[in-house]
Amino acid sequence: MDYLSKLENQSIYIMREAFNKFENLAMLWSIGKDSTVLLWLARKAFLGHVPFPLVHVDTSYKIPSMIEYRDKLVKDWNLQLVVGQNKEVLDEGRTYPNGKATRVECCGMLKKDGLKAVLDKHNYTGVIVGVRRDEDPTRAKERYFSPRDKNMEWNVADQPPELWDQFKTDYEKGTHIRIHPLLHWTELNVWEYIERENITVSPLYYANEKGERYRSLGCYPCTFPVKSNASNVAEIIQELRTTKISERSGRAQDKESEDAFEKLRRDGYM
Amino acid sequence: MKGLSAPSEQLKIVIVGHVDHGKSTFVGRLFNDTGSLPDGKLDQLKKIAETRGVPFEWANLMDGLQAERDQNITIDTAQIWFSTKKRQYVIIDAPGHKEFLKNMVTGAANAEAALLLIDANEGIQENSRRHGYLLNLLGIRQIAVLVNKMDLVNYSQERFDEIEKEYREFLTTVGVTPKVFIPISAYHGQNIATKSDKMPWWNGSTVVDILDQFEVTDRPLNQPLRFPIQDVYRFDERRILAGRVEAGSIKVGDKLLFAPSNKVSTVKTIERWSAPQSDSAQAGESIGITLTEQIFVERGAVAALETAPPYELTKFKARLFWLGRAPFKKGRPYKLKLGTQEVECHIDDIEKIIDASTLETIHREGKELAIGRHEVAELTLRTKRPVAFDAHSEIIPTGRFVIVDGFDVSGGGIIAADNYPRRTSDSLHKSGNIFWSDGKVTPQQRAVRNGHSGYVVWLTGLSGSGKSTISVDLERELFNLGKHTYILDGDNIRHGLNKDLGFSPEDRKENIRRIGEVAKLVADAGAICITAFISPYREDRELVRQLVPAGQFIEVFVNAPLEVCEQRDPKGLYSKARAGEIKEFTGISAPYEAPEKAELEVRTDELTVQECVAKIVEYLDLRDSDSQVSI
Repeated sequence: MDYLSKLENQSIYIMREAFNKFENLAMLWSIGKDSTVLLWLARKAFLGHVPFPLVHVDTSYKIPSMIEYRDKLVKDWNLQLVVGQNKEVLDEGRTYPNGKATRVECCGMLKKDGLKAVLDKHNYTGVIVGVRRDEDPTRAKERYFSPRDKNMEWNVADQPPELWDQFKTDYEKGTHIRIHPLLHWTELNVWEYIERENITVSPLYYANEKGERYRSLGCYPCTFPVKSNASNVAEIIQELRTTKISERSGRAQDKESEDAFEKLRRDGYM
Repeated sequence: MKGLSAPSEQLKIVIVGHVDHGKSTFVGRLFNDTGSLPDGKLDQLKKIAETRGVPFEWANLMDGLQAERDQNITIDTAQIWFSTKKRQYVIIDAPGHKEFLKNMVTGAANAEAALLLIDANEGIQENSRRHGYLLNLLGIRQIAVLVNKMDLVNYSQERFDEIEKEYREFLTTVGVTPKVFIPISAYHGQNIATKSDKMPWWNGSTVVDILDQFEVTDRPLNQPLRFPIQDVYRFDERRILAGRVEAGSIKVGDKLLFAPSNKVSTVKTIERWSAPQSDSAQAGESIGITLTEQIFVERGAVAALETAPPYELTKFKARLFWLGRAPFKKGRPYKLKLGTQEVECHIDDIEKIIDASTLETIHREGKELAIGRHEVAELTLRTKRPVAFDAHSEIIPTGRFVIVDGFDVSGGGIIAADNYPRRTSDSLHKSGNIFWSDGKVTPQQRAVRNGHSGYVVWLTGLSGSGKSTISVDLERELFNLGKHTYILDGDNIRHGLNKDLGFSPEDRKENIRRIGEVAKLVADAGAICITAFISPYREDRELVRQLVPAGQFIEVFVNAPLEVCEQRDPKGLYSKARAGEIKEFTGISAPYEAPEKAELEVRTDELTVQECVAKIVEYLDLRDSDSQVSI
């Protein structure tokens, strides 16, 4: 079996385990390439169906064409969408760059707190998230089934063992489990799979006439395009096979301090 | 280095060894020397070291957590990717500290090959041995030993030879044959990607050469089929059995045996979405199947070909490693997970407890008898229900399991080969009843313990409609599924409890009432009580329904047309009734009031007995998952 098929089959197995084991399961959808591939894999796992709601934590700072793309996919694929938003901090104008918050604090309020509110409201006990180990050193330490405590915090110093596809599916009331079916994929694998399966992703990933494209999508005040002439999937794959620039290089919030991203993730960020 | 063409395969390699023997440093150096570091990464790491006022460490590349960089120690396993011309690699860095053994196991269990590092200066240490032992238990057969920090021993060939000899001896006793020993200095980049200029006596390979010589391990296709059912989907009118082929291959037309229930059906279709159409699937593929004959199958069943089924037993021998904070104790129930099966288990007997870092046997007696954290044991486990399994030496995925203590996966084991009998016989069903409850027990607690609620399954229908036949098969089926069940038989009741009753209308009514009361008690005790009485009057059945708590009375209309029943006439009663020998015979000379709101109807003139049973079992199963007591 070729390695893309191996990655695919493993992800399907993980998603089916999650669906079987969690009464109240949802999938986070950030509209980016990874969560779109994740959505595709869900349809593979459940034979064309997506038997759980998709949660989009809307920061209100998403690039407008991302929201257009989201709404089109929801319609075309007949998806159940739940949108969460931290209206309070937005109304009070506390967010970056106009409010007092730093980039990292803003991420914490809009994404982490926004997520917590949605989880609490709907009592989700299992949340599928499209993070990958190769994105960042803290994500490299993740489990496929990763517990979060009552305050949504990640106890990274004491993670459950994970072997032979036996996952942590027993958990205390009030806690929840993050499920990461794409953990073992790389950025390159994701694009190779997009090519193989002919999956439509947001056009922001393709180089524009200014010779720029997004490698990672986020909020517009903190996400910047990289220099690139890769204007289609095949060219992106070629670029990734030779590049030495990291994927999240265009994400400014990671760089505020040495452990900025780790702190965010310990507190419950995706 | 990243090539322009797509690498055709991916290999996962774990780096293990004792704490401070240089694993993370080695990985950092490997990345640097193969040109795999992202631009600016090296400068960034150097800058961080400078800001913090500490010397630069290659290890900081892998140690992604603040606590790891602070203490210069790897706490949790991490993965990082790089490519050679031959293929893509996933490098799994595992911690060497004993405290983090569960993280080492997590990293190693996902690997296909291992590099084991030993500090040339310190020599073989506790975790050099323990990791070697565990690699074997985790099923990793491709191992290279890197004797690191050769710079600290003046690149001495003598020291290298000494370590190789001693460690090779140890590995041989635990059944591991390393591919090669290589002298290296990770810090100075000696023998990593290029041949060392400090060790002219070394004519062997560099580490990078050896990586490319390891082989990618695919799941073997030439083994007997094992298809554990992960879930049953009913997205439309079809029932799709979802799962991953763990061994062998499966195709349309295969006659499958489902263990441990021993039911048989044939593959009708293989289901995939947005994938090339194919009537077969091989090991490693996550698929769905539909069956030609509808039988009741749920998560945990293992489909195999009839000619080569797995063992189905409540007892087996195993080698186990324990990671839990609390010890693995005799006399306490635990959850065992094997593939998609989950079952309560307990230790039947401990043959031997071993210190994996010395291979010495640990002696413990009586009350102390338990397997402690980081210990290894040879033992016999007993399960509450039969488990479908294979010996690890024969089929790996169905030959290993984990033990869950409370909320946590706390140990793992592989099943030893033994003289197991091939089929489950009733003598093996004996449950060693080691469970006790004290004080007040609620129906919910009983349901959680039993894995199902108590029910009254009330079969009603004409004489000859098939009630008795269905009841005995249903009881057997439920029993095989590990459920507590009992049939109330009409004759038995009339011999004892109801021997004072005759056949007058009052007595008939009292007969049903008493049966109803007894059925209610059996259900209240947590069992699934099956009754098979004609019970022709709606009013009588309604009375029983009122006795039983809401939702636990399942009225099943066993329906076949009168002509069919009369033709079957198993006890010759219809001919007697027609001849006038029996008066007031239901259907002939007395009315049968068909149910108006039965929970279920089974048409015995259209379905086989097995299909009727499957329908009832499935209904009970759905009921149970609605009430969330299902385990």
